Amino acid sequence: MSLLLRGGRVIDPANGVDAVQDVLLADGKVARVGPRLEAPAGCEVLDVAGRVVCPGFVDMHVHLREPGFEYKETVRTGTRAAAAGGFTAVACMANTHPVNDNGAVTDYILARAKVEGVVRVYPIGAVTRGLKGEELAELAELAEAGCVAFSDDGRCVQSADLYRRALEYTLPFGVPVISHAEDTTLARGFAMNEGVVSTEIGLAGAPAAAEDVMVARDILLAELTGAHVHIAHLSTAGAVRLVRDGKARGVRVTAEVTPHHLVLTEDAVRTYDPNTKMAPPLRTKRDTEALVEALADGTIDCVATDHAPHALAEKEGEFDRAAFGIVGLETAVSLLLDRLVRPGLLPLATLVSRLSRDPVRLLGLPGGSLAPGAPGDVTVLDLEQAVTVDPRHFRSKSRNTPFAGWRLTGAPALTLVGGAVVRP
Amino acid sequence: MGWTRKDLLAMRDLDAGEILLLVDTAASLQEIATREIKKVPALRGKTVVNLFYEASTRTRTSFEIAGKWLSADVVNFSAGGSSVSKGESFIDTAKNIAAMSPDVVVVRHAASGAAALLARELPCSIVNAGDGTHEHPTQALLDLLTIRERKGHFEGLHVAIVGDIAHSRVARSNIHGMKKLGMTVTVAGPPTLIPPFVQELGVKVAYRLEDAIRDVDVIMMLRLQHERMAAGLIPSLREYARYWGLSLDRLARHARPDVLIMHPGPVNRGVELAPEVADGPYSVILDQVAKGVAVRMAVLLLLAGGKGGDGA
Repeated sequence: MSLLLRGGRVIDPANGVDAVQDVLLADGKVARVGPRLEAPAGCEVLDVAGRVVCPGFVDMHVHLREPGFEYKETVRTGTRAAAAGGFTAVACMANTHPVNDNGAVTDYILARAKVEGVVRVYPIGAVTRGLKGEELAELAELAEAGCVAFSDDGRCVQSADLYRRALEYTLPFGVPVISHAEDTTLARGFAMNEGVVSTEIGLAGAPAAAEDVMVARDILLAELTGAHVHIAHLSTAGAVRLVRDGKARGVRVTAEVTPHHLVLTEDAVRTYDPNTKMAPPLRTKRDTEALVEALADGTIDCVATDHAPHALAEKEGEFDRAAFGIVGLETAVSLLLDRLVRPGLLPLATLVSRLSRDPVRLLGLPGGSLAPGAPGDVTVLDLEQAVTVDPRHFRSKSRNTPFAGWRLTGAPALTLVGGAVVRP
Repeated sequence: MGWTRKDLLAMRDLDAGEILLLVDTAASLQEIATREIKKVPALRGKTVVNLFYEASTRTRTSFEIAGKWLSADVVNFSAGGSSVSKGESFIDTAKNIAAMSPDVVVVRHAASGAAALLARELPCSIVNAGDGTHEHPTQALLDLLTIRERKGHFEGLHVAIVGDIAHSRVARSNIHGMKKLGMTVTVAGPPTLIPPFVQELGVKVAYRLEDAIRDVDVIMMLRLQHERMAAGLIPSLREYARYWGLSLDRLARHARPDVLIMHPGPVNRGVELAPEVADGPYSVILDQVAKGVAVRMAVLLLLAGGKGGDGA
């Protein structure tokens, strides 16, 4: 069983490749990459001339909602959304019901992924039991069951002491602890960013400092313990400075940014559209500019969507009462190509790295490369494809996006997992 | 110029001409209150629904009287004891009411943006009667009408708005309205009650009552909600009253003799306003309430009149 991707522009940052080449996939792996490869007997050949062939994209921050919230999303629908969006793997957060705070839940998610999933699924275990921030979850069991990181995402462990112990306890497992950095006293009751827009439209704001103080704390705790702390959905210019400083001092801190924090500002909230409500909130132009710069220079290691599906009833109505978060898997690549790469803010090869090689590196996963022997996970892009975001066509079960109707140029064309095209 | 909007949601949306049209219309309708038979047929056959999700005496009554004097059929819906207490969502309740074809829905709700949400979802006219900490446009309009009657004009006047600016929809609506009419606005209060970046709305900020009230034409005192103490924004009512309460003595020493004292009500006597100030010669607080009916008549008339009704 083999497949030849013929004539595409191969961008493989891990191996320094950016050239028109063929990619031969066989037995689920990359077999060869080179100019004008010969197709073996019985090999399917896909003409991808004019397209861009990349290592499979990995979204390290996704909410698949299963078990417990299957009305929002399931492993089946969430992985189809991932495939439609050009992602060959996702890491799923622990805020399911029951919470993924023990090996049995991890086993369940992996079993569902095996049966229903069309892309690779990597569970993330809870840091604390029930995400309550009070006592450690059974972290060793979670690691053994296959969790690739730990996070109480959606909540932030407020006790510095408990978080310090979590960082220490997980050191032997060699996986990062992911921080949803939010001081819940500074962010109390917030619906959006604190600033001139919150003042005008009368919504409770969380200051950027609510994020920054926790990022500072977590960097100090990473330094104290020697652990790897990964900052989820970093959204402020201040947090960028802190991470940049931490990295310069040799602290093991990494960070991700979402497409929505890169392309939207708090001005979008003026409509009171609950699809502009997320945690952390949309910030200011000054912040988005700092985020783009940090993504380009590597201060921010990768892009992750924080795909957060919610049912319509949870995302219509009063802004104050709406759920936090938006879906992201099916809009991320087009947004990034259109808003960052086309205007020249981010080189294409850098974006490819931030979506493939870098998250793979952070989580210690297979993939992220098109070297022979690597998993046959490939994302093919069409840089000229014009798309209009239409939530009715999402594979995700949920439609909560602020990007409906956006016209974008550039889109994922093909998603291959284990050497085969996924048709979501 | 004429009125073209479907809804009245926020003073921020209006231009000076629209604000003056509303104020002028209200001024001309005040005379109805003096008639023996307080009724004109302008909105006969029109239905106005008062959809109130927050307790309100003054505003709801004011809209109800305004509608009735214009001969509209007025229906009051309050959240307690309705389908809301059975768990129906705001949107569903609103859509159900809309299905009964009202001409105007007047909405009061604790969530900022609630009126805009209805305006987006419902085909009828929406009047914002106060949404969270966002805006309360009819309050600003009645304040403006009161000010013009006393001062004769808007341009060049200086107003101090004092108190909990951060949580005040009255302050926001007045800031927008007053700025558009060429007035100068100073907001004042302890820094914890001044919202961030408020200067970008074009106002001055003062952190001492004495500084705020010096040489202004109008002092608008805001109600201090007791829950601001629980939230840690001020140490005590006692301290607030001491530094931010408007007493006769402070007025006499720092304010101009022709200053107007306004308050959107309800007044915390002895906290933000000394009783002798609230009831004193500077105070136009009850005048504001009277103007409220005229302003709400003007709003209902401009939104619902002239669309097949009997006309004014």
